[in-house]
Amino acid sequence: MINLSAVLLAFDWGFLLQKLILIIIIVSVSLVVAMYETYLERKVAAWMQDRIGPNRAGPFGILQPIADGGKLFFKEEIIPNTSNKTLFVLGPGLAMLAALMTCAVIPWSSHLQFGDTTVQLQIADVNIGILYIFGVVSLGVYGIMIGGWASNNKFSLMAALRGASQAISYELAMGISLIALLFITGSLSMRTIVEEQMKNGIWNVVYQPLGFLIFLVCAFAECNRTPFDLPEAESELNMGYHQEYSSMKLGFYLFAEYINMFISSAVMATLFFGGYDVPFLDESTLAPNVAAIIGLIAFMIKIGFFIFLFMWVRWTIPRFRYDQLMNLGWKKLLPLALVNMLVTAAVMLWLHK
Amino acid sequence: MQSLTNRNKPVDRAPMNFWERLYLPEIFKGMIITLRHLFKRKATIQYPEQKREFSRVWRGLHVLNRDEEGRERCTACGLCALACPAEAITMEAAERELGEENLYREEKYAAKYEINMLRCIFCGLCEEACPKDAVYLSETVAPADYARKKFIYTKEDLLIPNPVTEPEAYAKAKGLEPNENRLTGKR
Ligand code: SF4
Ligand code: SF4
Repeated sequence: MINLSAVLLAFDWGFLLQKLILIIIIVSVSLVVAMYETYLERKVAAWMQDRIGPNRAGPFGILQPIADGGKLFFKEEIIPNTSNKTLFVLGPGLAMLAALMTCAVIPWSSHLQFGDTTVQLQIADVNIGILYIFGVVSLGVYGIMIGGWASNNKFSLMAALRGASQAISYELAMGISLIALLFITGSLSMRTIVEEQMKNGIWNVVYQPLGFLIFLVCAFAECNRTPFDLPEAESELNMGYHQEYSSMKLGFYLFAEYINMFISSAVMATLFFGGYDVPFLDESTLAPNVAAIIGLIAFMIKIGFFIFLFMWVRWTIPRFRYDQLMNLGWKKLLPLALVNMLVTAAVMLWLHK
Repeated sequence: MQSLTNRNKPVDRAPMNFWERLYLPEIFKGMIITLRHLFKRKATIQYPEQKREFSRVWRGLHVLNRDEEGRERCTACGLCALACPAEAITMEAAERELGEENLYREEKYAAKYEINMLRCIFCGLCEEACPKDAVYLSETVAPADYARKKFIYTKEDLLIPNPVTEPEAYAKAKGLEPNENRLTGKR
């Protein structure tokens, strides 16, 4: 008994509370951002097609995502009776979980100062942040795979297989393009990478333009976004791996895609575009709180740009054929990433001599 | 075949050159095009608030005309029904009684006159066929409804207001027709 209370006392409860609040804030912000991504997607699609887009729910239609969500909630839940029920329910849950877990290691900004407590605006600054993200993103494939398989339906299964093979093929090129980046930064921690870029004043994209390009393409593939949206190819597979899903379970799948988009935008901004760094501004001269808020805004603007890029590309180009997708992944991106890695390694060695 | 617009492009089956095989330059070109569309004028008309102006020769819902004294012009000759390719019009004729001269222009009139708007293709041939200038196609779209029955428009639905007994309704119906600005709803 004494032992236990000693342990409990030794535990830093304030720290736990602080992290808990941070987790709640970040998760709900990701959800809200994902909600408004659906709105933005429809708006961008409309604008690019010379239309106006949703504008009836609330001013400028900003209540549209709430109406959509409400609609999804009130739809009938259908679980096909030939499906594997446990896995069928697990699928969307896993997709959502994997999507939300990635936001744990992203440094949203520097730190806030309340009296003498410092609040890092990052849930966990693990020193293997990038590896963690890769691990969790790979888990996302399970959501698709399990959902597609449990539906007990040819089209869903085919779509799930497509999704899984696509994710695995592109993760490879993505990983190798990142290795080149890691040669330069010398750290796997996201915060260290950002701070390095802030110190140098030069973003990593300058050193690694090819690496960034490969990463960008692979990020599109990982998020199942056009031109790599083969798992959801309506014209070939009815609807893809979520064909049997209805109501909010379908909503979760769609939502997970948007959260993934948000997180991969955040990762791209962090790794290649200086994270919360504001160009031509020396943050150390500002009060820490002001610097943190400015940094957060800058970070959000960068993320917003990437989200817009995702949508822009989606409404511009048609999707690849399956063989083209595999050719691009294995015969083009992978060798390109390897060459990029070797060249970077050689240059780094030469510079360190 | 000779091209009429000079804008046709023969199909090019040449293998892709290096730049095209890189995908990215071509994709970038496409993205510039979509970006330009982002700032183009939108084609949408906000329907219930704004209405598109009808063409002067628009063929919409039918009306049955009256003359200046408010008498129905139709004489139930049946030419419109005959001309109708969709066989949408039916009518029953009746003889004008003494004392009904203020109601009907001719000695024979249509006691029943129905147009089935589900059959009608709004070709306007009835309007062309009518020798008495009795049936016209107006600038209104036939509204949607829940029951098939409601799409069979009777004489009461089709007749325009009587200029003698209901001058206000008549003026309103008439004033709406040619020179109202339909985008703003104001004249
Ligand atoms: S508009 Fe054409 S189809 Fe319609 S009732 Fe007249 S003649 Fe028949
Ligand atoms: S509307 Fe004209 S064409 Fe038709 S029955 Fe009457 S008078 Fe004849």
